Amino acid sequence: MTDPLNAKLSDSKDYDPSNSSRSVGWTRPQRVILADKANPLSLDCGIDFYPVIVEYETYGQFSAAKDNAIFILHALSGDAHAAGWDADWEKDNRPWRKDRPGWWDSMVGPGKAFDTKRYCVICANILCSCYGTTGPREINPRTGRPYGLDFPVVTVEDWVRLHVRLQDHLGIPKLLAVAGGSLGGQQALAWAIEHPHRVSSAIIFAAAARLSAQGLAFNAVGRHAIMSDPCFNNGEYYGAKEHLCGLEIARMLGHITYLSYQSMEGKFGRRFQNGFAPGFQLAKEFAVENYLEYQGHAFGERFDANSYLYISKAMDYFDAAFRTGGDLAGACESIKAKLMLISFSSDWLYPPESTREIARAMLACRKTVTYIDLPSTYGHDAFLLETEKTTPLVRSFLEGVRVI
Amino acid sequence: MMHALDKRKRWDHDLIFELIPSGSRVLDLGCGNGELLSRLQNKKGVIGQGVEADPAQVAAAVARGVPVYQCDLDLGLSEFSSGSFDYVILEKTLQTVHRPMLVLDEMLRIGRRCMVSFPNFNHWRVLKNLLETARMPVTPALPYQWYDTPNIHLFTLCDFLDWIDGRQVLIEAGYAWSEGRSRPLLLPDDSKNAEELLFILK
Repeated sequence: MTDPLNAKLSDSKDYDPSNSSRSVGWTRPQRVILADKANPLSLDCGIDFYPVIVEYETYGQFSAAKDNAIFILHALSGDAHAAGWDADWEKDNRPWRKDRPGWWDSMVGPGKAFDTKRYCVICANILCSCYGTTGPREINPRTGRPYGLDFPVVTVEDWVRLHVRLQDHLGIPKLLAVAGGSLGGQQALAWAIEHPHRVSSAIIFAAAARLSAQGLAFNAVGRHAIMSDPCFNNGEYYGAKEHLCGLEIARMLGHITYLSYQSMEGKFGRRFQNGFAPGFQLAKEFAVENYLEYQGHAFGERFDANSYLYISKAMDYFDAAFRTGGDLAGACESIKAKLMLISFSSDWLYPPESTREIARAMLACRKTVTYIDLPSTYGHDAFLLETEKTTPLVRSFLEGVRVI
Repeated sequence: MMHALDKRKRWDHDLIFELIPSGSRVLDLGCGNGELLSRLQNKKGVIGQGVEADPAQVAAAVARGVPVYQCDLDLGLSEFSSGSFDYVILEKTLQTVHRPMLVLDEMLRIGRRCMVSFPNFNHWRVLKNLLETARMPVTPALPYQWYDTPNIHLFTLCDFLDWIDGRQVLIEAGYAWSEGRSRPLLLPDDSKNAEELLFILK
């Protein structure tokens, strides 16, 4: 089974094989305990949380001064496996990783945008996800059962606070860059605002300082689909039927928001899946229906519904200007990092104007900034697909960044 | 050896580079591929910010290590706070914008000093070309046909001075490009003799 994450709209899966000079090759996830009873993680909700395990991967070598580290931040459905081929996919029961490399393999590797010949790239799974970092599927040591909905509600800032501990664990005094798209871009912004002395630059793709009402609405419907699934059982479905139709529906809805009018017209149009005329039946017939159902199903196989609820909630809550009473320029005052913001013209989940808002805030507080709106028909997914356009930007931007 | 054409293209560019003091904060509106700002950053330790509408040019400026904000000057520059730059540059761009008055006023608000260069439509060669051909002039400084020119608001030195008259603006210096060289402005002769002009306003 191929995983949908990067299949997206591209039919050609011209992945770099593990023995390619452009691939980081075989990778192995690493895990470390970063919060325990003696040193719990203080969450925004007020809870001191422990224990916390973080799964992460690194690609490339640290320089002697460890001043060449780039932290890649993943989006809603991502994981720590950003590049290369997972050598442990079988051991960790992650069959979807068998036939495809990490989610940003097109950008991370030798000679690529995040060049692993020059930089040491780190990627870690976020708190409350389901790919090795502590989340609702893990056993709650206080009850001996999976957390389920007893898992605390976490925020983007909590994720970053946890990953700051990973930075310390790896002994990196200051990151050369943090970079990510979508929810990953919002983490990058949170790094720059909340931990200004830890990052020299931030590269933010297809993201905004906050999600729009339209975006909140889509997430609400997605969560509603999950929670009204008869098998959901208030989040206690582990060991029973773990593949929830509600999660599939949430993913189908999500996919619509990741595509664009143009990309859906181009890829599917009104094409029938089999045949050329209506079959006068209620079963699925259009190619676009088939695509969404396939994507939903594949996602249901590999993702945890509770994690989806928690991550989408964190996405809703994120507002870079919350602490400054809505004043984004006030929030950006603390930023010391160089910022490069990239939006995509057909993105309607995080529309270009919402990314520009961050650039405007930087300028309003007399900081320099790079903002570019790239013409693209791929919609929100463009940050995963427009690598030809983004690679030269990232490479030359990083060229001008030094850890001071 | 530089061609005469290149010299004319760059005379304001080179003068601006000379005139801006080291360490200044410089905003370049319509920065193109960022060449001026990158020179200023590298040679004079300037803190530079470019503004450019064309994504391809933005990418070229990023490649030179210049921070660029992609935006259309005609939409206003409200994101820039008042007095936030020592110099605001507008190099041969004023005649291409839809709302030149708005752009000029915004420059004066944002910068302590403004540097504006533009082609003079009253240059004798432009007028001669117009009179002799009875068609929109095509000259080295205005090399476009009427139907594909980016220059939608052509104006003269006197037009510009009229605009200054109506405002609290001080001309700190004026320079002209005339007969293949740059020199300080000479009034009133440069109304016809200057092919291009550069003003430093305060």
